[in-house]
Amino acid sequence: MVADRLRDIKSHYDVVIIGSGLAGLTAANCLAKCGWSVLLLEQHYNFGGMATWFRRPGGHIFDISLHGFPIGMIKSCRKYWTKEISDSIVQLKGIRFDNPQFQLQTTFDRQDFTRILVEEFGVAPDTVEAFFNTARGMDFYDDQTMTTRELFEKFFPGRSDVVRMLMEPIAYANGSTLDDPAISYGIVFSNFMSKGVYIFRGGTDKLIYMMRRELKANGVDIRKQVLVERIVVEDGKVRGVVANDQFIGCGAVLSNANLKTTISKLVGYDQFTPQFTKQAKAVRLNNSSCQVFMGIREGEKLDYIGDLLFTSVDPQFDSVRLCAKDVTSRTFSMYYPDTRPGSDRYAVVSSTNANWDDWAHLSEQDYQKEKQRLIETTIAALEKYIPDVREKIDHVEAATPRTFYHYTHQALGATFGTKFEGLQVSMDLPKQIHGLFHAGSVGIIMSGWLGAINYGVIVANEVDSLCCQSANSQGRMAS
Amino acid sequence: MGDQRIKDIILDIIAVVAPDAEVSNVKSDVRLRDQLDLDSMDFLDIVMELRKRYKIEIPKEEYPELATLDSCAAYLGPKLAAVTAA
Ligand SMILES: Cc1cc2nc3c(=O)[nH]c(=O)nc-3n(C[C@H](O)[C@H](O)[C@H](O)COP(=O)(O)OP(=O)(O)OC[C@H]3O[C@@H](n4cnc5c(N)ncnc54)[C@H](O)[C@@H]3O)c2cc1C
Repeated sequence: MVADRLRDIKSHYDVVIIGSGLAGLTAANCLAKCGWSVLLLEQHYNFGGMATWFRRPGGHIFDISLHGFPIGMIKSCRKYWTKEISDSIVQLKGIRFDNPQFQLQTTFDRQDFTRILVEEFGVAPDTVEAFFNTARGMDFYDDQTMTTRELFEKFFPGRSDVVRMLMEPIAYANGSTLDDPAISYGIVFSNFMSKGVYIFRGGTDKLIYMMRRELKANGVDIRKQVLVERIVVEDGKVRGVVANDQFIGCGAVLSNANLKTTISKLVGYDQFTPQFTKQAKAVRLNNSSCQVFMGIREGEKLDYIGDLLFTSVDPQFDSVRLCAKDVTSRTFSMYYPDTRPGSDRYAVVSSTNANWDDWAHLSEQDYQKEKQRLIETTIAALEKYIPDVREKIDHVEAATPRTFYHYTHQALGATFGTKFEGLQVSMDLPKQIHGLFHAGSVGIIMSGWLGAINYGVIVANEVDSLCCQSANSQGRMAS
Repeated sequence: MGDQRIKDIILDIIAVVAPDAEVSNVKSDVRLRDQLDLDSMDFLDIVMELRKRYKIEIPKEEYPELATLDSCAAYLGPKLAAVTAA
């Protein structure tokens, strides 16, 4: 059985990619298009990593991370995937906020946020303009000492309501807090909250199916249910990987597994300099998530109440409260039939941020109890917007940090990769070990669907460069 | 290789990596990014395409050399000469 999954495997590939998250998939596609032999190994039975979905009896289908992404996905999918994929991306127009400080609906773009800030929050137009321009001007190489809190304090002193509107969606999207660097906020904000929110029409299942088809067409050897146990390094150079007890040789490894796990477990600290090991150990992970999936009974309908609802009964935005087990700040993602054209089904997914430690150590009995409580409080909160939703729900279940860990092997169930410092460590990996690369959610700015895809391309470029160098030197040796 | 030829190569690559870019009226001495709405991913694609087509390697620190068509010509001239001679 185990041997089957590696049947007809070659003994050597130019590149082995560990993990089929969006970064791994995209890097695989780019490298195959560059002409390299690529093997992609995924431990789960589905490809996609956190870009995933699941089905339940009764005709239910749930998307895990298809809540919304920035407009840049259209361009990236067209360039690094196919026109067909990019053509399926559509805008979500009904984004709602409902909390004790304000209730509003927005199209989630610069123009509309400007209108809201000026007309409803009474902020001076010049200030709004300056804020947007400052955020847009930020890049990775700028000052990293200013915090997001300080950025808001500079432009909107004392305005916790403005901070909430500008910060809450970003905190949901990547787990960042007011203490994270202002530049990580500015970069994500400019991508995300300036030209609307988009999703993939057809659902995550269709997207991953299309990507898989494309990978096959481009000659990538893709295998699932293959857990890579080890990356083999000799004399500071990558030699291959061990998976299902089998050695597979390669010139380069691109790990899409969690950054910290890649360094500590797949390779082992002993292969790195003490200085780098120290840096890697110091990388902080982002928080995890909880979700409640509610499938509506066949034949029942839901009225349109918006596409994405950022709701809370907490008095103010509070990064700590946002992850608490008794959190009230949650995003409801509404899936109407047009999410999957041809379907007549409705689903609602509630997402909240969460701490690994609050969930990891519960006894099985307490764990089930806490899951049930999460489900109960979530349905109760949803009843405010859809009063008869309880009767319409046919299937409900919850996912917790433990669930995310189980399916993606992300350390501590981290759903948004690492804090800012993780990006430098990820980028420095090839300087430590020849032929070793990492791509995947890191550094806040490289997380989310778009961040993961783009980082996959950025790292594929480095891998391509290395493969060209090795091919050249081998060519010279042969001639 | 003449400067004009190098500029044509760059414009040709831009037309491939950024199909929406309007490449017919590009000024040689103005930053490409400002004229064509190119982002950092587009520049990365240009780098990859130059490697693919001409086996030219551009280190990350030297990406700014690709800012304008003029700077592209000055920077890539010797590199292209080296690979075509080899
Ligand atoms: C609840 C939730 C909601 C989200 N909502 C959104 C959203 O609305 N919009 C958005 O843009 N982003 C969202 N995200 C974030 C987004 O999904 C992720 O940032 C992105 O999908 C991460 O991709 P990745 O390439 O970093 O890797 P991952 O998705 O983490 O994939 C890594 C893959 O590697 C595999 N793997 C790990 N170790 C091994 C091993 N040793 N051997 C073989 N395979 C291995 C894993 O099984 C996994 O498939 C959400 C995330 C979560 C969890």
